[in-house]
Amino acid sequence: MFGIIQLNLCKLFNRNLRIKTINNGHKTFSTKPKLKANVFKSVIGLEIHAQILSESKLFSGAKNTFASEINSCVGLLDAGIPGCLPVLNKRCVEAGVKTALALSCAINEVSMFDRKHYFYSDLPSGYQITQQRAPLAGKGSLIFPVITPANNSKPYYKAVRIHQIQLEQDSGKSLHDDELKISLIDLNRAGIPLMELVFEPDLEDGEEAAALVKELILIFNSIETCSCKMEEGALRVDANVSIHKEGEPLGVRTEIKNIGSVRGVAQAIAYEIERQKIVKIGGGVIINETRQWDAISKTTIPMRDKEVVQDYRYMPEPNLLPLHLNMNGNESDELVNVKSIQKSLPVLPQGLRDELINKYKLSETTAIIIVNDPVLHKYFQDIINSNQLRSPKLITNILINELLTTCNKNKTDLEKCPISAKQLGELIDMLESHELSLNLAKLVLQEMFHNQKSPQVIATENDWKQISDDKEIRKICEKVLGSESGQKMQQQYKAGKSKILLAIAGEIKNKTNNRINMAKVMDMLKELLK
Amino acid sequence: MSRLTTLSIKQLSRKFDEKSICPKELTIKTFSRIKEDNKKLNVFTALTEDHAIRKAGESAMRINDGKKLPLDGILVSVKDNFCTKSVPTTCASKMLKNFTPTYNATVYDKLEKAGAILVGKTNLDEFGMGSGCIDSIFGSSKNFWSEDYNNPRICGGSSGGSATSVAAGFCMASLGSDTGGSTRNPASYCGVVGFKPTYGLLSRHGLIPLVNSMDVPGILTKSVDDCLQIFNTIAGPDKLDSTTIKKPFNPIELLKQIDFKNLKVGIPREYNCEGLTSEVLEAWTKMADFLEENGAQIHEISMPYTTSSIFVYSILNQCEVSSNFSRYDGIEYGHRADDETSTENLYAKTRAEGFNNVVKNRIFAGNYFLLRKNYDKYFLKALKVRRLVSDDFSKAFKNVDLLLTPTTLSDAPLLNEFVKNHNRDQCAVQDFCTCPANMAGIPSITIPVKLSSNKLPISLQLMGPNFSEQLLFSTAKFIEDSVDFLSNYHKM
Repeated sequence: MFGIIQLNLCKLFNRNLRIKTINNGHKTFSTKPKLKANVFKSVIGLEIHAQILSESKLFSGAKNTFASEINSCVGLLDAGIPGCLPVLNKRCVEAGVKTALALSCAINEVSMFDRKHYFYSDLPSGYQITQQRAPLAGKGSLIFPVITPANNSKPYYKAVRIHQIQLEQDSGKSLHDDELKISLIDLNRAGIPLMELVFEPDLEDGEEAAALVKELILIFNSIETCSCKMEEGALRVDANVSIHKEGEPLGVRTEIKNIGSVRGVAQAIAYEIERQKIVKIGGGVIINETRQWDAISKTTIPMRDKEVVQDYRYMPEPNLLPLHLNMNGNESDELVNVKSIQKSLPVLPQGLRDELINKYKLSETTAIIIVNDPVLHKYFQDIINSNQLRSPKLITNILINELLTTCNKNKTDLEKCPISAKQLGELIDMLESHELSLNLAKLVLQEMFHNQKSPQVIATENDWKQISDDKEIRKICEKVLGSESGQKMQQQYKAGKSKILLAIAGEIKNKTNNRINMAKVMDMLKELLK
Repeated sequence: MSRLTTLSIKQLSRKFDEKSICPKELTIKTFSRIKEDNKKLNVFTALTEDHAIRKAGESAMRINDGKKLPLDGILVSVKDNFCTKSVPTTCASKMLKNFTPTYNATVYDKLEKAGAILVGKTNLDEFGMGSGCIDSIFGSSKNFWSEDYNNPRICGGSSGGSATSVAAGFCMASLGSDTGGSTRNPASYCGVVGFKPTYGLLSRHGLIPLVNSMDVPGILTKSVDDCLQIFNTIAGPDKLDSTTIKKPFNPIELLKQIDFKNLKVGIPREYNCEGLTSEVLEAWTKMADFLEENGAQIHEISMPYTTSSIFVYSILNQCEVSSNFSRYDGIEYGHRADDETSTENLYAKTRAEGFNNVVKNRIFAGNYFLLRKNYDKYFLKALKVRRLVSDDFSKAFKNVDLLLTPTTLSDAPLLNEFVKNHNRDQCAVQDFCTCPANMAGIPSITIPVKLSSNKLPISLQLMGPNFSEQLLFSTAKFIEDSVDFLSNYHKM
């Protein structure tokens, strides 16, 4: 059981990776330098910017729509027009509170906004409104599973502490043309609401970081506060990486900015750890710098950085009142009501895994795999809910092993798989009643990919039903045993060569095109040869 | 001086109803006078004659149709740091010389919707940083009461253009702004009523900010009645300004009679400061005596942090200025220098060319105060002292209902004397009596009470606790009636 799961773990991740294969031409990391690097411990902290899924921007009321025509979603405030004042979007506060609650953060009854100053052409006001002194939420924690696809180590749970969650504005986008010496600016993104999630440096490697991001995406999807479309920049990961020897103080850290995919997180951090090890072993010094993950060359490269440490000259935002939240649950006032948001929280990924383990007696690994993919989880729920007698283990086996394989074979994402939960449920019923063998089921699955007929119909039409009728099996067995070669084998068997039974069974299997119930054949043969 | 311009808004409005005056004719006449008199006064950064005549025609039609709006036909001017749709809004700075907003400031919008007609945008010190109305790319405005226009008096600032436009009868009312006294100071020098409301009663949306936490739109008129009428028109919550008071605004009515027996008026001794002229001191003392004669209780009180106010103001002003002015980079709007060698160079040259030295000095200082290493020492400390200044008022208002003080320390200085001092020192003297009210956010009104020996207006200031506008206006009205300053206009 466990072996199958691990094998298919790779399939699962292959599937996830398939989308990104365009960039995966060469692997830098297949040959890790074999240095005495294991004496180093690595420490990772993440800062994640998540765009809030909202109709309009954080302060300007302009639309928040991805891929709109350039500079078409820009309020006066977003363009820094003088005299315009920020007005806080209540929906964004609600999303922030919901996210903070999902991450068990301490919600601050009163939080405040600050201005963070720096000059940049896509920051029209010359400052970003953020929450530096008193953020929306403080201390929280998250426990998440770590599965490493590359090695076959056992999944484990990791805990990470959240330092704070703050609301802030996104900046616009600049496009620099070095040859023409011009910069183009699109302010559609300027002022889009962001949640910045700052995590404590509790992680040890890239895989843990990637698993954390994966878990966050699952949480965001279930509470619907961020689209998590990393390719659209809706979720951006910065990683602080340092290494040190055991017993020594933490090393100097570097920051990898704006990593744009889950696997990128794992790869960028793994690369950076190795890079730092090589520098240190070579007697070099790590400098505190900002680096960029290049997903094509699979390396981190230093960003052209400001030479001096930036002083952002933080100042309280004078045009926004302190943000008060309703903590006591009174429904009368206009403030965002924390208690009612708490009540509206859906079951989070950990709750779903617990349900699979406790209610359906599935293994932890299976639970992790199923919950990690919302499509699989939906299939599971639909199949089991329409018939609680179905075996959860069989369902998950079919989902994880067979359905994914079929999708891969047909080069289709699971999200676009045409097979319905109803079809799968019936397929599972046929397996349970021995109407189909696993091998026949695979054929039926492949057929269902192309037509919407029920597995019963497909199996009947193609004559794929398993032969399970005892009389028929006896007939077939007797026929084979009665043949010339059959008689020879019978003699050998009776002479004590018991293994020959498998050869006889093999012949029966071939004769019936692999359609016969082999367990029954074995029993029948033993009976006939008594 | 035209008799018409000494009418109150209500009186003029009645004449429109009676059809004895037509808004359109009045507007055309006024413009011909503006064009003549403005040559020596230099009040406007832009005149909106075509717009005004068109609007006056619309007013006239509404009046004829019996659909008159409350301020139909009433001419107003607006300080050139309020955004006005399709009318340039320059802040008297090269930086915004070519800036034409696409939207109206809320307070102006409300005036327009009530039928008021914009005659033009008024001069100010660049971005409101000054108290003389002299540091403007349009040159200095001159005081209407100057004995000799070749050796003029300053009109005060920064809303000097607004004050002069009302004093000269170019309009019935003007919108100014008040951050440290910018409405009350020129009102005092120009002999008009200047009102700074409680912070949050008037929307700042569309007011190009100087110091967000102290800026309020101000109102300048000839009379207290006019001032109140304008205030009632434009006050109230605005969803575009989160710092406005959420509670719906109920128009204020003057008290029929002031209960003088129960009126306690505080005279803070710290306002009797160095530089206060004997004439102003005398006017102040006489007014206190007069109120006492009418039954009010006069209490001499102490407000020890008064003198700290100007320093706190200076630091907080510079910090917010450095922040607010980061937006002027020449990218989206405004002046853009001719240097495309790099974004940084473009910014640097744009800002170097676009701002005057006063603005630049404040940006430099503000950035210094906000540095991580200086934040606690300057910004945070200034906030703490601001709280102490504010506490002075809270304590005072436990014992008294209103405070009576001078508005400015003297009558209007001569321009050539005034410019001898550095901008910072000018402000330190000029804003001494007005700036504390901005620290505390409380309402304040200045009313002219007499002419000095130079035949220049002398004014006094009333301050009250937050939302005490009714008592403030009523008391100001009582004083106005008793001093009859308006008669000085008739004599001119």
